Parts: sequence; structure tokens; C-alpha cells
Amino acid sequence: MKSTRRDFLATAATAAGAAAAGELSAHAQEHEHSHGHSHQVVPSDLALRVKSLESLLVEKGLVDRAALDALIDTYEHKIGPRNGARVVAKAWNDSAYKMRLLTDSDKAIAELGYGGQQGEHMVVVENTPAVHNMVVCTLCSCYPWPVLGLPPVWYKSAPYRSRSVIDPRGVLREFGLELPEDVEVRVWDSTAELRYLVLPERPSGTERLSEDELAALVTRDAMIGVAKVPPRKEGGAA
Amino acid sequence: MNGIHDMGGMQDMGPVREEKNEPVFHHPWEGRVFAITRSMSAWRKWNLDALRHQRELIPPAEYLRMSYYEIWLKGMLELAIKFGLVTQAELDSGKPAAGSAKLHPALTADKIPGLVAHGTPASRDVAVTPRFRSGQRVRARNINPVGHTRLPRYARGKPGMVERDHGVFVFPDTDAHFLGEKPQHVYTVRFSARDLWGEQANARDTVCIAMWDDYLELE
Repeated sequence: MKSTRRDFLATAATAAGAAAAGELSAHAQEHEHSHGHSHQVVPSDLALRVKSLESLLVEKGLVDRAALDALIDTYEHKIGPRNGARVVAKAWNDSAYKMRLLTDSDKAIAELGYGGQQGEHMVVVENTPAVHNMVVCTLCSCYPWPVLGLPPVWYKSAPYRSRSVIDPRGVLREFGLELPEDVEVRVWDSTAELRYLVLPERPSGTERLSEDELAALVTRDAMIGVAKVPPRKEGGAA
Repeated sequence: MNGIHDMGGMQDMGPVREEKNEPVFHHPWEGRVFAITRSMSAWRKWNLDALRHQRELIPPAEYLRMSYYEIWLKGMLELAIKFGLVTQAELDSGKPAAGSAKLHPALTADKIPGLVAHGTPASRDVAVTPRFRSGQRVRARNINPVGHTRLPRYARGKPGMVERDHGVFVFPDTDAHFLGEKPQHVYTVRFSARDLWGEQANARDTVCIAMWDDYLELE
């Protein structure tokens, strides 16, 4: 594999972390083996530091432990890409809804009960045979939490943030998506408080599906714009 | 600030690697940092723009080495110290300073559903005359502020077209430094990839960037 500056930094950090902690965490080792690369490995004393910080802040009355638990539970279990998938499925199934979604995205998304933190100002962009939209935040990690949940690591990573705007087709190829030259790739850089959701093209073979069945086909990556929703295979699940 | 966070257009960061079945948090401490950061912001000593800027101030080599929630932790702690919510001595000892009063948390569990559902809108319901209109040719200003800005380097000096006016929003360049919200219009401005990157880009490809009035001039 081609060695990059990034890999070097990650390796250096891994070594430093291992030296500091005496060993890599079991998770990090397992992680490395499971898909052949390492993320930045964090010294395990960071877990202890955060634990000590939380105790201090609770003791000072600056944070409420139950509030921390509730926030984590919300983003681990209640809010995620299934919300966005329901929005997409409804738009596929109901052309009047789709029109509302594209013209007044906040209101249309709120019809399904979604909205709020980091999705206060939504813009829905539609993929067509002529235009493929993809979303990035080159400056940090802006992402539409109410419909997609918290962003995956790759979305927040330096490779995605840096290359999506200059080489979107190369990035899409790494996701396995090769687009014809005559399709416009339209990249949305999330520089303001606007949050973008891609409305993917409805795949063929889905004409008879219910909204629930349609929602089950929609992936997070398709709603970021780094994938398409694949056509449904004859007679089986997608 | 022309910092490492402003990454758009760099080419030496390696391939994008997707993790299958990725968990929301990779370690429990990441979730705690996420939630502590939200809770500490509820004291309203700082705003989101200031928090973003604090993260941008992390020196480049450290910024690239750190994981995402390490960056969150460092940015939040530096603001918490700066605004007197905690002291470095307390962080070192893990104990509140002798005689410090116990507060009542600004964000309690009962407020979480409301916070999550309503968020913190950055739009402002004030009448501000837009300086540009849809369909107009504009140019991103060539400015290099040393403070916070959301005008990415790769767009500066480049021509584009106003596609849509989204209304009036807080201006991050002043808000991040507690110099006022300076509310102004935000537009979608569409740039041709060729104008941004030259002949190597596909002639059809475009990049849409949200731009405040102060970032634009007439072409």
C-alpha cells in the first residue's frame, strides 16, 4: 500500500500511544486486524483523563451526569440515518411532498417529526440522471444530525475534507461509484449553518414497494452523495 | 486564519477509508466528550463560532495527529479555562478549588429533548437588505483574515454565480471573536470546478459554497 504522510503520522501516534500506555488497547488491535489499517490510536490514559474531568465537572455542578447519558443515548439510539431514509422514501412516494421538501426543506422534514440541533436550516438537493450531488465540510465536520445522526469518521477525516472539492470523482471512485463524464458532479461545501441532505435517485424495480420497504433501501452514504441507491434485484431483497 | 483546518484542495492526505458498521462512538470516552462539550456550551459563555475557532487554533501537527473528539476536548477545555468555568489547577488535581461554590448545571436531563428538537438557529429575524440577488455574477473576495472565517481559501478571488438567497444569519467572522453577530444574508454561490482548479477539472462539475454578504463582491 502506498505510504502517505497521514499514515506516517498515524503510525507515529500509534507508537507514541503504545509507549505511553505500555500496550495498545484490545479495541485498536482488533480494529487493525478487522480491516487492515489503523485509525489514530489514542493513549488509553485519555479515557482516564475524561473520566476524571467528568467527575470534576459534576462535582462543580457544571454538568449533569444524567444529561450526558441522555445526550449519548439520543445520538446512539434515537437519531440516525433511518430518519433521513424515511424522508427520502416519502419524497419518492409522494410528489407533492417531494416538491415541499425541495422548496421548504425544514418544514417538510418537520412533517415527519425531525429537525433541531445541527439541522436547523436544511437544504435538500436532488440527484437526477444529469446531476449528482455530494456533501462535504472542508472546514470542520458540519453534517445534518437530525436526519443522518453524527457523522462517520471518514466524513470528518482529512482525506475526505481535502479532496472532495478538488477531486470529487476520484473520491467517489474510492466509494465504488464511477460517474459518466457527462454527469455534473455538484459538491456542496457546508461552510455556513445550512445542512444538506441528498435526495438520491429512486432505483428501478421499486415501483410496487411501500414507503417502509423503500426506506429500508436508502443508505446513509446515498444521502451524503458518495453512493447511489442500488437497483433492486428481481424477486429479492436489495 | 489560513490554518490546517482549511483543507479544501489539498491532495496529500491519502485515500478515503470507510469503516463498515461503524459505531457512533468508538470508545465510551468519545461519547462523554461529545456530551460534556454540549453541556458546557449551555453556560453560554461562548458560541459555536468561538468553539470552532478554538479548535482551529490547535497547532497543525497536533491537529493532524489528534482524533476528532480529542480536538473537541482540547477546544472546549481551553474555552472553559479562558472563561473561568474551571482552572488548570482543578484539571490537574481533578478536585474543585477549595471553597468554590457548587453550581446548578445549565443543561439538565429534562432539557435534552428540547435542545435536540429545537437546536440553536443561526438565522436572525431582522430586516437586512441583501447586497446580491439570484443569478448575479459575483466574486469571492480575496481576504486573509487572521481570525475566524468560513470563507475557504480555495474559493478566494474566484468568480461564481449567486444561486439562492437563504436569508439573514449570524456572521461567524465577528461572532467567533465576540464582536457582535453582524447579521447578513447568506447565499448559495455556485463555482465552476474549472474556475477553481483549472483545466484538470471536469468542465461540467461545480462546487456550491454558502457565502455571507461580506465575502462577496460584484464580478
